Order: sequence, then C-alpha cells, then structure tokens
Amino acid sequence: MSGRLKSGGAIDRDEVLRFHFDDREYFGHPGDTLASALLANGVRLMGRSFKYHRPRGLLAAGAEEPNALVRLRSGRAAEPNLRATMVELYDGLVAESQNRWPTLRFDVGEVNSLFAPLFPAGFYYKTFMWPASAWKHYEWAIRRFAGLGRAPEPGDPDVYEHRHAHCDVLVIGGGPAGLAAARRATRAGARVILVDEGAAFGGSLRGNGQAIDDAPGLDWVADVVADIEAAADAVALPRTTAIGYHDHNYVTLLERVGDHLPRPESGQPRRRLWKVRARRVVLATGAIERPMVLADNDRPGVMLASAVQSYLNRQAVKVGERVAITTNNDSAYDVAVQLKAAGVAVPALIDLREEVAPALAERLAAQGIELLLARAVVQVHGKYGVKGVDVMRLAPDGERVSGEVRRLDCDALAMSGGWNPTVHLFSQSGGRLAFDETLGAFLPGTGGQPAAVVGAAAGRFDLAACLADGDAAGLAALEAAGITRKGRMPQGPAAEASTAGTPPRNLWQVPTGPGKAATAKRFVDLQNDVTASDLALAAREGYRSIEHVKRYTTTGMGTDQGKTSNVNALGIVAGTLGQEISAVGTTTFRPPYTPATFGAIAGRHTGLNLDPIRRTPMQAWHEAHGAVFEPVGQWLRPRYYPRAGEDMAAAVNREVKATRTSLGLLDATTLGKIDIQGQDAAEFLNRIYTNGWKRLGVGRCRYGLMLHEDGMVFDDGVTARLGENHFHMTTTSGNAGAVLSWLESWLQTEWPELRVYCNSVTEQSAVAGVSGPNARLLMESLGGDLDFSPEAFPFMTWQDGTLAGLPARVFRVSFTGELSYEINVAASLGTALWETLMRAGAAWDITPFGTEAMHVLRAEVGFIIVGQETDGTVTPIDLGLEAMVSGAKDFIGKRSLARADTARGNRRQLVGLLPEDPYLVVPEGAQIVERAGMAPPVPMIGHVTSSYFSPNLGQAFAMALVEGGGARHGETVQVCWDGRSAPAKLCPPKFLDPDGSRARA
Amino acid sequence: MTKYSLLSLVRNAGRGHRDWREAWRSPEPKPSYDALIIGGGGHGLATAYYLASEHGLTNIAVLEKGWIGGGNTGRNTTIIRSNYLEDASSRLYDHAVDLWEGLSRELNFNVMFSQRGVMNLAHNEHDVRELRRRVHANQLNGVDAEWLWRDEVQAFCPVLNCDPAARYPILGATLQRRAGVARHDAVAWGYARGADRRGVDVVENCEVTGFIIRNGEVRGVETTRGEIRAPKIGVVTAGHSSVMATMAGLRLPIESHPLQALVSEPIKPILDTVVMSNAVHVYVSQSDKGELVIGAGADLYNSYAQRGSFPVIEETVRALVELFPFTSRLSMLRSWGGIVDICPDASPIISKTPVRGLYFNCGWGTGGFKATPGSGWVFAHTMARDEPHSLNAPFTIERFHSGALVAEHGAAAVAH
Repeated sequence: MSGRLKSGGAIDRDEVLRFHFDDREYFGHPGDTLASALLANGVRLMGRSFKYHRPRGLLAAGAEEPNALVRLRSGRAAEPNLRATMVELYDGLVAESQNRWPTLRFDVGEVNSLFAPLFPAGFYYKTFMWPASAWKHYEWAIRRFAGLGRAPEPGDPDVYEHRHAHCDVLVIGGGPAGLAAARRATRAGARVILVDEGAAFGGSLRGNGQAIDDAPGLDWVADVVADIEAAADAVALPRTTAIGYHDHNYVTLLERVGDHLPRPESGQPRRRLWKVRARRVVLATGAIERPMVLADNDRPGVMLASAVQSYLNRQAVKVGERVAITTNNDSAYDVAVQLKAAGVAVPALIDLREEVAPALAERLAAQGIELLLARAVVQVHGKYGVKGVDVMRLAPDGERVSGEVRRLDCDALAMSGGWNPTVHLFSQSGGRLAFDETLGAFLPGTGGQPAAVVGAAAGRFDLAACLADGDAAGLAALEAAGITRKGRMPQGPAAEASTAGTPPRNLWQVPTGPGKAATAKRFVDLQNDVTASDLALAAREGYRSIEHVKRYTTTGMGTDQGKTSNVNALGIVAGTLGQEISAVGTTTFRPPYTPATFGAIAGRHTGLNLDPIRRTPMQAWHEAHGAVFEPVGQWLRPRYYPRAGEDMAAAVNREVKATRTSLGLLDATTLGKIDIQGQDAAEFLNRIYTNGWKRLGVGRCRYGLMLHEDGMVFDDGVTARLGENHFHMTTTSGNAGAVLSWLESWLQTEWPELRVYCNSVTEQSAVAGVSGPNARLLMESLGGDLDFSPEAFPFMTWQDGTLAGLPARVFRVSFTGELSYEINVAASLGTALWETLMRAGAAWDITPFGTEAMHVLRAEVGFIIVGQETDGTVTPIDLGLEAMVSGAKDFIGKRSLARADTARGNRRQLVGLLPEDPYLVVPEGAQIVERAGMAPPVPMIGHVTSSYFSPNLGQAFAMALVEGGGARHGETVQVCWDGRSAPAKLCPPKFLDPDGSRARA
Repeated sequence: MTKYSLLSLVRNAGRGHRDWREAWRSPEPKPSYDALIIGGGGHGLATAYYLASEHGLTNIAVLEKGWIGGGNTGRNTTIIRSNYLEDASSRLYDHAVDLWEGLSRELNFNVMFSQRGVMNLAHNEHDVRELRRRVHANQLNGVDAEWLWRDEVQAFCPVLNCDPAARYPILGATLQRRAGVARHDAVAWGYARGADRRGVDVVENCEVTGFIIRNGEVRGVETTRGEIRAPKIGVVTAGHSSVMATMAGLRLPIESHPLQALVSEPIKPILDTVVMSNAVHVYVSQSDKGELVIGAGADLYNSYAQRGSFPVIEETVRALVELFPFTSRLSMLRSWGGIVDICPDASPIISKTPVRGLYFNCGWGTGGFKATPGSGWVFAHTMARDEPHSLNAPFTIERFHSGALVAEHGAAAVAH
C-alpha cells in the first residue's frame, strides 16, 4: 500500500488541499502533483491502456509518463490527456480518468484483452476487407474504441499570449548542469534565460538529496536561482518547457503561467509561448530512465526506480510497503538504500549483471537488503496492483532463464533498465545522434546548431561531472557571445566524485518464465499497448526500418512520444534482426517535446484578432448610414447601403441608377497605392506593365496591366506620373501586398541595377470617388483653386489643389464609365472630405454606393475585375485588350504570349452574355456548354465570370470567358448550374457607352 | 504468400503469429532489369505494381534510397478527392478515386479508404464564386459535387465555427461525398507487397547517384549498391525530382518547398469528415486513432530539408482554433515537414523526356497522395507503351513550352 511518510519531502504539511478524482474526494499538500497526491492516498489505478484497456498506474514521475492521463477541470475549462505527474495540486482540483466505461475499475473495454491474440500489431491491415463496402461500418466501431480523452468544449475561458525574447545564453534544464552554466553566464553579465519544466529548479537534486560545496544540493540551487533572479538581464522560468528547436537557434518555450492555480491570476494568461532567439543554447535536459521489458511490466505498482525515488524525496510518498527493485545498472542502489531508510521494506534488489562493485554490494548488505545477481524478474503478479514478482537465474547470453522460480512478495516493483539522455531537442536542432554501446543509449553526436549539450543529456551522470560540464559550457557560451568577464570569476561548484561503477547490462527484453508465464505480455510502449512480440512480428514481416516498425506497431507514437519506449523498441528490433542498433536507425525527434496546447500556439490571434481588420477613415460614417460590409482581403468595404425596406437588389439598383443618371460617391480608399521613385522608375514600369510608360507626361495617368512570367494577367490599375522620376501606382484592393512583393522581388533579385524605390502608401490617403454626369458640377461647387473644365482638367490627368479648404490630389479617372474624379486627401481628413461631398452633393441627390453597385457599373461598360474576369489563365488578348500589349518593348510575360497554346485563336475569350430571360441573373461560376441535355462528361466551353441585373439596361447581363468567343457574338449557348440550364446570347462585353464618351465628357 | 483475411488472422493467432511471412522480400539488386522505378513512395510502388499486373513487366525493380513510403507518402495528411476544376485534372483524379474504391481488395491489404466526404469552405464572395464554379464544372464532368450553404455546412459538420460574426465567416462549402482519407503507410506497404508477389524487386537503402545515358538513350543507373542496367527508367522522386533531372541533364520547371503537417493528441471521435479552408488556411480530418490530422501551408522558401518554419505552424494553428474552437484546450502532439515539388500550374508532370527510355512522374505538389493509384496506373501505361495514356496526355513536360497549362492553383487548396 502506498502512502505518505510522517516527515520529509518538499511539501507543506500544514496546508491541506482538497481534490477530486473520479468523483471521490482526497487530500494532499502544496508540493504535491496529482500523481503524488493520489499515491499518498493509496490510489494505484489511474488509467486504462489504449488498446487492451488494461488497468494502469504510474510509471514515472515526470513528463515521460505514458499511463496516468487524466481529464483536468470541468466544463469549458476541461482539458484532456494531461499527465498526472505534471499536474500540480491546487485546492479544489477536479480530475477524471479516461478511456474507460463505465468506471475505471470496471471497464467494459477490457473484453479487448480476451481477443488480444487476434489483435497483434497491424491486424487491421489484414482484415476488415470483406465485403468491400463494409469498411465504413468496421471503421465506425474502431473509431469509438480508439482515442484517449474526450474532446474539450468550445469557449475556452482562458487566454494565451506570446512573448519574443533574445538572449546571449538560453539554458534549457535547471538541474545541476544547467544551473552551473546559467550561474557562470549570469555572473559575467550575460543576458540569460534559464528554463525548467518542473515547478522548481534543481532537477535530479530535488529527488536524490546529493550535496554540493559540502552543503545540501538544494541550498546551492536556491543560491543560484536567487542570483539569476537578482541579475538585471537574466530570467529564470520554472514550469516552462522548451518544446521546439528550430533553425538559427530559434527555440519555442511553453510557460505554464496559471495551470498550478485554480484559475489564472487576473490579467494573466494561462500559458505563454516564448519565442527565443539565442546566441548560444545550453541543453541540460537530463536523462530519462528506461523501463525493463519484462512480463506484465504494466501492472499498477511497477514503476521506474527514479520515480520511486522522486516520490519518496520530493513528496515523502512511499509507493508501497514492500518494494522489490530490479536493475541493470548502479543507479537503483541508492533508491534501495533510501527506501529502506524511510522504513520501506525492500525484499531484494535483483540485478541482471553477473557482478557489481563490492562497495555497492556492501551498501546493500549494511542495510540488510538481499542482493540477487544474474537474476531477472520473469513475472509480475497482481492485476490492479503488484502482489509479488517471480525471479529466476538469467543465462549469460541473456536469452534464457533457468533454475527455480523464486517468488518475492512485494506490493511494488521499482525498475531501472538504464538511462536515455534526453536528446530530443538536440535532434530537433538538426544534430545527429550516436549510439553508445556501453550506455546502451543515444548520445548527441555531430551537427546541430550553436549549442552545447551538458550533463546527463550528454551521457555524464556523475554529479561532479555535470557541474563541471555546465560550468564549462557557461564559460564557452560567454566566449562565443563575445562577453568579457566582469570582475573576479567564482570557482565552479564542487561535488564528491563517485567511484567508477560497473557498466549496465543492456538486455532489451527480459526472458519470460516457464508455463503460462511464457505468453505474458511484455510491454514496450505502455500507452499504445505495443509488446515485445508485436515488435518481433513487425520485424518478421519485413518491417525492418525502425520507421516502418514504429508505423506498423505504433510504438512511440503516443502522447509520450516514446520517451520511455523508443530505445527499448530499437534494441528489440535489432535483436530480432540480428543487427547492430546503429544499423536499424534512430528515429527523428519532432517538435514539440511535450504536447503543446493549440490555444497557446494561436495566442491572441483568435476570434476577431485572427487577422487585422482594415477600415477606411470613413468607416464610422458607413456604419452610421447602415452600410452592409463585405470582406475584401483584410478590408471591410461597404457592399451596399440599404434604405428602410430595401433588399440588396433594390439598394444596388438604386445606387447604380443614381450614379448613372446623376451622382454617386464611392469610398475608394482601399485601392492599393504604391509610391515609386527613382531615376529608373519609368524604365521599371515599362518592364512591369504590358504597355509603354516612358512617354507618359508628368501630370498624366495611364491604365496598366501586369502579367506573371506565364503571360497571364496578374493585376491592373491606373498609375500616374507625379514627376520625371516619380509615379503613383494603384493596384486592386486585395492584391496590393502581392503587387508590392512582386515589384520588390524583381528589383531585388533580377534588376538590382535599377535605381527604383517602392513604398506602400495605401493608408496615407483617404480616397473618395465621385462619379456621374453631375460630378463636374459637384467639384466646381466645392470651391478651391482647381479648374475642372474639360480643357483644363482632361480625362486621365491629375492635379494637386485645394478643395473646400482641404489639400487634395484629384485624379480624373473612371471605373464606372461615368465622368469621375478620385479625390485623395490625407487619411485624417477622410471623414471631413466625405461629409463635405455628401453635403455639397445633396443638390444632385448624391448617392453613396458600395462595391456591388461599383461592380455593376463597371461591368455595364465592360471593365474587368482582376480575379473575377481573370483567374491566372487569362491573357490580355483573351480579354480583348490587345491594344494594351506593346510590340515595341519587352515586359514580363511577353515571351510567354508567343507560346503555341497561348497564341492560339480559340482560347477562352471575354464576351458579353445576355440571358434570353431578361430577368434571369445567372450565377457567377456557372458553366457554358453548346447545348442543353447532354450526359456527363459534358464538354464545357466557358464559364460566367460576372453576372448582374442592370437597371440601366433593364435586363440581366453577364460577362463570360468562352472558347473562341470573340468570333461568336450573336450565337446562343447554354448556361449550366446545379442541374439547370438557360439559353443566353453572346455579345461584345460592352453594354453601355461602347466608345467611352461618358467618362471623357 | 499468405492471403490476409480474418480467417488467416484467426489461424495464425493459434500459432502465436509466428508463421507470418515478410510482406515483401529484401532482395539484392540484380545487375539488370527490364525496367527500373526510382523512388519507393506510393506513386513509384504503384507504378511497379501496375507494370507487373497490367502490362506483364515483372523483371523490374523499385530502387529506394531509404525506406519505402518514407517521403511524402508517409508525411501527408491523406486527403483523397477529385473535385478539380480542369477537365484533365478531374478525369485523372477521378480515375484515381475509382481505383481507391477497390484498392484494399485488389491489394489484399486494408488501406482503410474512408469515404467520409471532403468540404472546401468559402469565406467570402470570391470564394463562393470560384468554388461554385468548381462544383458546376465537376457536375458536368460527372464528378460528384454539391454546394452547401452555411446552415447545411453547420448541419453536416456541427463542430465547425459557423458564426456569421466570425472574422472570416463561413458562407458555404463544396462537398464531395465520395472523397475521404486513407491510411498512407498502408498504401506503400500494400503496393510493395502486391508488386513483390508478382516478382518485382523492392530494393531499399539503394540510392541512385547517376544515370547511364548513351546517344540520348538511358541504359541504367549508378547506385550506392552498384550499377544497375535497364532500358526503361521511371523517376518518381517527388521533392528530389529536380535533383534527379539534373543528374540526367534535364531541367524541370519545378520548385521544391517544405510543407508541414501536424497531429493533435488522440481524442474520441468528434470530426467525421474532412474540412479544408483556403482563406483561413488549414485542412483537418480525424484519424481512426483519434488524432486530428492537420495540414499547413507550404513555406515560401525553396528547400530539400524536411523541416519547415514555426511561423507556418502558428498560422495553421490559428486557423484551426478559429474554425474548431474546441481545439483551444487540445494539444499538438507532433509536427513534421516534407518536401513538395510544385509546378508553375500546380499540376503534375507524367511524361516522357528528351532522353529515350527515361520517364518522369513528378510535380504533384501539395496533393499527390490522392492520385497515388491513378498516377501509378497511367505512368505504368506510359512506360510500358512508351506513350501516355489519354488520361495523362495533357500532363507532359512540353506543356511548359506550348503554354497548354493545366492551371489548378485554386483547386490545389494549399497556398503557394
């Protein structure tokens, strides 16, 4: 029976914390984890396994725990799959077990165990294929058995935030090696970030009670942490896990800010994602103990020896009254001695090795603990908790056991199968791993980034060596960072060096005993229920690469990412194949090191903060006047301004009609605006646009088309010449960023010799477009120094001046086909301009119109919208814009226009489309075919790009791209959508004012 | 070779599963073959399988520099659909879906093709127009496609955030019910086993280091395991296609980019379809094991290293949390990268080359997995007959000279 000791441990016995696990109430203390508190209350059973639903308890005390996964908190704050070993206890904590029904103790899923012989690795690849249509039913059932916890609910009550940081030295791991490095770097004045995933610093020192500088190790830890906290440029972050090591020493850290509290403190995030760019990284990530692969090693009460020790020393919890120990290395001897000292019976220490150093044997003898050498545990008894173990003699080759079966009564088994340095981050950084035959583990090898791996993470387990290692890494980091030492450097910390030990005996699977025990399961990956025989089966079936084995058996693919299973699996596969482990391969460790909450990765970029919302200076006016908005890129643009009782169609018709007959007003601020300057600016535009720009006079504007290299239209817009070497380019609203990137990529990578400078000035101005036959009257009524007569201010020119007292730049350009002026003022004057125009325009019943009316107006006169009439497959010629394509000069995409397919005559070409039913607005995106009623596959000859009702024409009309359409005006085709079709006649894509006289008026 | 079935599983259970034979042999490469496939991914193995099963070419080998299925086959998010815009693509991909439907039986290996439907979401009027255009084209091409408005989307996938007040609200979606997902590794293993059973040598750990070309004709390859001769060689090496082409003295219009994916911790079933969004960029399904399988966008830079950048992961996760708010308190378990070979028109190259006997199958970009059976099927035809099948005739290298591109940027669904 597990329970709490009367004294010792880093817990506060004076304070009692109440908590619930599966609806039962328990008590613990500050300093407990959920795992230790449950153990202290005698709870062993904490979970059910993935596949067989076997009862499971704790294996570990840290992040590597595969079994004890719980759902923490309730309602919208519930979070599944948390490791009980990493959950700090707080008052009122509520947790429940997972993957069981109806209860943890009586779990119906356990019937799976009965059919276990039918469920070897990869069984699902071999069956469920008959009948062919039945897979979806099999799958339905399989999916219900799979999965661990239930999904959380939407409506996360907490917030998450991000923080960027730079430092000279990032030390990952606050054990002795990491602290020694951080101490050295901090004292020299370096910018240091020290992180540890635990609630407190100290690492192994928290669990093993070793001394430094002749004082308790934890005193030294406290001194170092105090130093760091006192330093101006250093920070020590507990409860912070380095989850990803990316290129250029970019490391992501996940800080659990509020998880140890009932709820995060007011104003604090629950978790914080740090993005750190470090000059040097010190990886002091320690090592994780390996389980032994022995029969029924998954029973509650079978634990890693280091976990037994950790619970004993950190939380004063004994995992049992009689704890047997089995090991293949020296580290478990301390555990035996400490258990005994705490009053726990240790019936025997069972060591796989033939012999050990006499000093070790004597230590046990002095405590009266029996030492069984060359022996192995061949069977664990007990289903819901250990009741005893069977021990037999292990043959020198490790393949067999022999002799009598000796049963030891015990209620827990501590095991140590050796140690795996935590090389995950080193591997993520791009470093190669090297297998060390003596340790039976992967060590950091070559490659990687500017980092040092120190202490146990580098395979040095002795405290003195760890301290020296860390201290040296701290010094090296200073040197690399170019930091000169300040003042007198202190001595490095010192600890008693341990005597040379006996190397571990690496036995990847312990043989099973005779009789029924021979078929007992020996688990390798406890979370995914992968056994030694599953791995052997995979190897036998030809899955020889360790990646194949992983994927076929799912070993190492659980939420613990194989922290306790990967090397054992590799050893077993190598053994089965008769190969060296290094030949079977290593697995690549992938971020994150431990599971990372999506909410924390998203940070504040959720909800309306997902993407910035761009609003024009006139937004408030639009809102106040009932505009309905539509997103255009990041912008919100008024789509239409419905009046009382109007639907969208009515509003749009009114806006269109008003603009065509009198006066309309459009917020055109969102058009992309790029300021282009430099002595080669005209030459640059000449290369970017299809038409010529060199002879454009200052003061004039020109419409331009730009193509990608493939000859397809990419963007369009009007660009004005402000000066000899100065242009003002406009782009489509949604494409502004892409166009600027396009310009820059050509300038920077292809034409660095051109003296041209581009700047986005979109947000600098507010733009109001007045449009309609009365536009000139309005402009003249405003008062100012500009002459709007056609002679003084012709079409496609611009002028600076004052309008109604506002400094403005006016472009006389038109997208509606009406007489139009686009008035640019400083963004801060946008509302003033707008309101002035509305006031002055009242005489002509000025009507604000949105994007929808704008689309109708421009379509009536046959102007295209890039992205609507074009889709990346349309050339200027396809659009009937041959006149825009210069034959005299080169430009981007020109060569492609001459390609055979691009130059052929029957490409899809822009046409107008008049449905025979004049009130039928065919859907945009409808397909065009020659005749109705054909069975699929139906040859398609085009599609509808734009389609509206025109109140000016009194009928519906559309634009379309149709094969050879330019030569088919007057013919009738069928427009098809959703199983319907409608006849429509092809016509030129200009429905009003074909010679453009209205805009020139 | 034991046939896989429930019966054989029961029979072997009685013998402790000791009698299962290897799924495919590990032969030493022979000095010469009738044809070679370079690249042991799904497409390469499928090519070998169909060369043997459809064209009677059995003295052939697949050369894989690492372990089969270790490239994009084992790294993708396993989405299978055929709702492409262009006629040529929809025919090619729909043919693949036809093959997917019978693949587990054909290979006697359960590839778990799960037709749970794929939705492509529209978040603005432009999306609606373009996606409905695709639906209309699909319907006329005989490819199943439906358009769902917001309420129907919500009913079909209740966990989606269909709040009209969202930053980029869902306006509607296309739905292809025949589409779905499959178990990626099983596809490589199943084809390897099927090809092996027909005599094909699947040779792992054999890296091609050069081509032997005489008088404009390919004769064989140099490999890390010696020279291997063959008169026909098909290259199916995805992200490394441009490297292989360089070895053969060719240049391909291909850029290689990292593409990342990630999975959540396993949870009980909550998402029973595949959701793809281009505007709020993410695509999501839930595996049979319970993990949410999440696809990210391609990194902008070119690379041959199978790792991408963290900002792409961040953008993807934001989109995930926005579309599926329950994921805020769920955790990312694993992320990884693959290298995708992207053509300028986002369509593949399945083609003869100027070198006689040398064929390339590449440029599948961000969505090659779905095509695996169809790709292998037409490529086998192309290699066996030395001329393309009508399904892949539009996908030649020459199209980049003629300009007859198969533009599928919209349908590729991945921002690139």
